[in-house]
Amino acid sequence: MIEPSKEYVVQMHGITKRFGSFCALNEMNLDVKSGTIHSLLGENGAGKSTLMNVLYGLYQADEGEIFLKGEKVEVKNPSDAIKLGIGMVHQHFMLLEKFTVVQNIILGDECISHLGMVDMKKARKDVMEIANKYGLHIDPDAKISDITVGMQQKVEILKALYRGAELLILDEPTAVLTPQEIQELIKIMKNLIDSGKAIIIITHKLKEIKAASDICTIVCRGKYIDTVDVKSTTESELAALMVGHDVNLVVDKSPAEPKETILEIENLVVENEKKMDAVKGLSLNVRKGEIVGIAGIDGNGQKELMDALSGFIKAKSGTIKINGKEIQNTTPRNIIDSGISIIPEDRHKRGLVLEFGVFENAVLNKYRKMPYSKKGILNQKAMEQFTNELIQECDVRPAGCTYDHAGNLSGGNQQKLIIGREVSNNPELLIAVQPTRGLDVGAIESVHKTLVRERDKGKAILLISFELDEVMNLSDTIAVIYDGKIQDTFLQGTVDENTLGLLMAGGRNHVHE
Amino acid sequence: MYMNKIAQILKKSVFRTLAAIVLGLFVAGIILAVAGYPPLRSMLALGKGIFSSPKYVSNVLIKSTPIIFTGLSVAFAFKTGLFNIGVEGQFIVGCLASTLVGITLDLPPVIQVPLVLLAGLVAGAAYGGMIGVLKAKFGIHEVISGIMLNWIALYLSNYICILEPFRKGDSNGTYQVSEASKTLILGAWKNTDDGRNFLKGIPILGEAFLKTDVNIGFLAAVIMAILLAVLLKKTTKGFELRAVGYNKYSAEAVGIDIKKNIIDVMLISGAVAGLGAALYITGNTPHKITVLSAFEGMGINGLPVALIAGSSPVGCILSGLLFGGLMYGGQALQYEVGAPTEIINIVIGIIVFFVAIMKGVPRLLLKIPRRGGKHVK
Ligand SMILES: Nc1ncnc2c1ncn2[C@@H]1O[C@H](COP(=O)(O)OP(=O)(O)OP(=O)(O)O)[C@@H](O)[C@H]1O
Ligand SMILES: [Mg+2]
Repeated sequence: MIEPSKEYVVQMHGITKRFGSFCALNEMNLDVKSGTIHSLLGENGAGKSTLMNVLYGLYQADEGEIFLKGEKVEVKNPSDAIKLGIGMVHQHFMLLEKFTVVQNIILGDECISHLGMVDMKKARKDVMEIANKYGLHIDPDAKISDITVGMQQKVEILKALYRGAELLILDEPTAVLTPQEIQELIKIMKNLIDSGKAIIIITHKLKEIKAASDICTIVCRGKYIDTVDVKSTTESELAALMVGHDVNLVVDKSPAEPKETILEIENLVVENEKKMDAVKGLSLNVRKGEIVGIAGIDGNGQKELMDALSGFIKAKSGTIKINGKEIQNTTPRNIIDSGISIIPEDRHKRGLVLEFGVFENAVLNKYRKMPYSKKGILNQKAMEQFTNELIQECDVRPAGCTYDHAGNLSGGNQQKLIIGREVSNNPELLIAVQPTRGLDVGAIESVHKTLVRERDKGKAILLISFELDEVMNLSDTIAVIYDGKIQDTFLQGTVDENTLGLLMAGGRNHVHE
Repeated sequence: MYMNKIAQILKKSVFRTLAAIVLGLFVAGIILAVAGYPPLRSMLALGKGIFSSPKYVSNVLIKSTPIIFTGLSVAFAFKTGLFNIGVEGQFIVGCLASTLVGITLDLPPVIQVPLVLLAGLVAGAAYGGMIGVLKAKFGIHEVISGIMLNWIALYLSNYICILEPFRKGDSNGTYQVSEASKTLILGAWKNTDDGRNFLKGIPILGEAFLKTDVNIGFLAAVIMAILLAVLLKKTTKGFELRAVGYNKYSAEAVGIDIKKNIIDVMLISGAVAGLGAALYITGNTPHKITVLSAFEGMGINGLPVALIAGSSPVGCILSGLLFGGLMYGGQALQYEVGAPTEIINIVIGIIVFFVAIMKGVPRLLLKIPRRGGKHVK
């Protein structure tokens, strides 16, 4: 343990936090030097978010001390933290859906004009100034409910900057950003460091840790493991430190053996919430026994495509066929019953009922079937047994969480729960949107294995991801989406990152012309 | 240390509610004292007005019954994310329908009673269902349509109850429902000499039966609470309803029909209120409806009952009893110490208030020792 000293913006010593009998943090230490970007690495449920929530005053530690620049402080609530110059961007956004971007950013820190009114003009100007300064492009007057998750993330970052944070905590900020945006963010982070701020960043992407941070602290099951200099440590060393054993960072799979077509999308047109065409005549086929990955930058019609595929909104024109049967304008239940399972992008909005127990969430898509219910009566025993199996199979932690609120699971474990639930439905077509968002490398490996295993069983898999690496590694066929259309498709291995990147950004593919 | 313990105890909603009730009574005592009434004697009078005779206790049960039903109606809708303020209207049409059927038909009780109850239940369900349809199909908020339908129910009832075949003479009300419609227990028999003599011989129950309208309502309320609790917890329908209440987006994503569920909830919620209304008419004198100049508040009183119960169906029985007890025992305040019965409304308001803020108390308490802790070290 390092003695409290001025050189460190934050030192957290001997932090212990229990939830009931469960010990989420066990004498955890963290020392963040001024002028550095410090990353936190650990498996899902290791306690990273909890540690940061303690620092931000959202949770009170049971034991332990916090020092800022060598001075002991008490952070009783977030407003204490903000006063001390700590800003936090949470893993799951804390935005008000019905408010605009600017309103959300200034909420709680409004500038008041002399008439006692909120000075929106000035607020808007200030916000835009910061946004431009750091290159965070936003539409200040859009409602939160109308913008993509990627945009919402930017709003969250701006919110912290607007409050004059000196120490910025970013809890998995890159999980939803495109590669280009991540590069931008890294640049922004470097700028912030140069102007004397410090940053703690949580991310599961080892590449980013290497690219962005200077020092990395590794956590395992609530315990401090090690703090290493990032420059002199390799990615696989980091992964091994965190998981406790070697991890396979590339996907291991045999060539695909595609069979008959299951999903046929033809000339699909779907409107977005503003009644403008977002999917503009998209066509795509997915066959049994193959993984088709859609690569693309967020906001190019993926959300609307998913909404139409899930049955949430009607298609304006065009068809979606599953096994030759048109499903574009039926109900979600019909779509599920015709053999589609979906791992949704936003796990809190579409994936889980947070107030429900884990066991209720585990059967959310099969509670009507035997043995989970019989003649309309739920069978608690069967639900519990299935959940226990799922927890074990998908390594949802903590192991005994069957009757916990789903909202109390860590982000990554919530994701594992959803994936397990959807895969266990044994669908003919599995659609996975950002399936590994927020997962640690160990868990990503197992999700990828699961998807490949399902493919080998003859299932069709459609993968939508903003992470080019994931699409390239996992898909047998790569389709590039831009401006609501599939620009081109490639077999795995016949295309490189640059060509894809160019197409994703709207460039032409000269090779094919 | 003991602050910690209190905080732990208050995390349990049952104890939180109890603490809120005690605090509510305490504040009421202060208000009484300020207004110049002796607080201790007033509280004693209140207690006596509830517990001191079998007749009082029986009357508390009877008085509580309709608000337990409307409380259940509100709580059920609440659990599934809807605010059924239209419960007043559903109660009114329930009274209306059961009265009309009770006057018109005169069949043997085994058929008559179920028919009359069914009339109230169906009317309430239809009326509640309307709110559900308006919300599901046209997106009209249930509070707006609920309030409007409450007024429509009031005037509809006022209009029909003085129409020709139902109006009694030139009174401002209907005839009584037929004898066979009544849900009194031992209703006819206790008016015979045999019955009266026999009941006089039984110490406590006898008095309760002779002096009050003992009816099946309270029993039905208990059964209804259990049914609703089972429906919510143990059935797939309840699973769906709760899922929609907590997160309709996830519910939609797993194929639950949100619109249908909204309508179902309002149908059930209205049915509960309507059944409560039918039992109220058939179990309480005067067994008829009259022209009302304002809302009776049977439905609206269901709101605080559900709130105090934290929307738990079984909790509604207890909070309904508390509410009924305060309303009935409150009369004793007036004739024993001369305090206005309005004080009871204040007590209820304060209890609801404390129930609402008690949720934050454990968090507050947990922070207190932390501050002191710094000096110890
Ligand atoms: N409010 C809570 N009540 C009970 N348990 C909790 C609560 N919050 C977190 N936990 C538990 O504490 C552990 C640590 O959670 P935390 O969210 O800090 O993990 P994490 O390291 O951020 O993981 P991830 O990478 O998946 O986001 C988890 O096992 C979680 O289930
Ligand atoms: Mg986390």
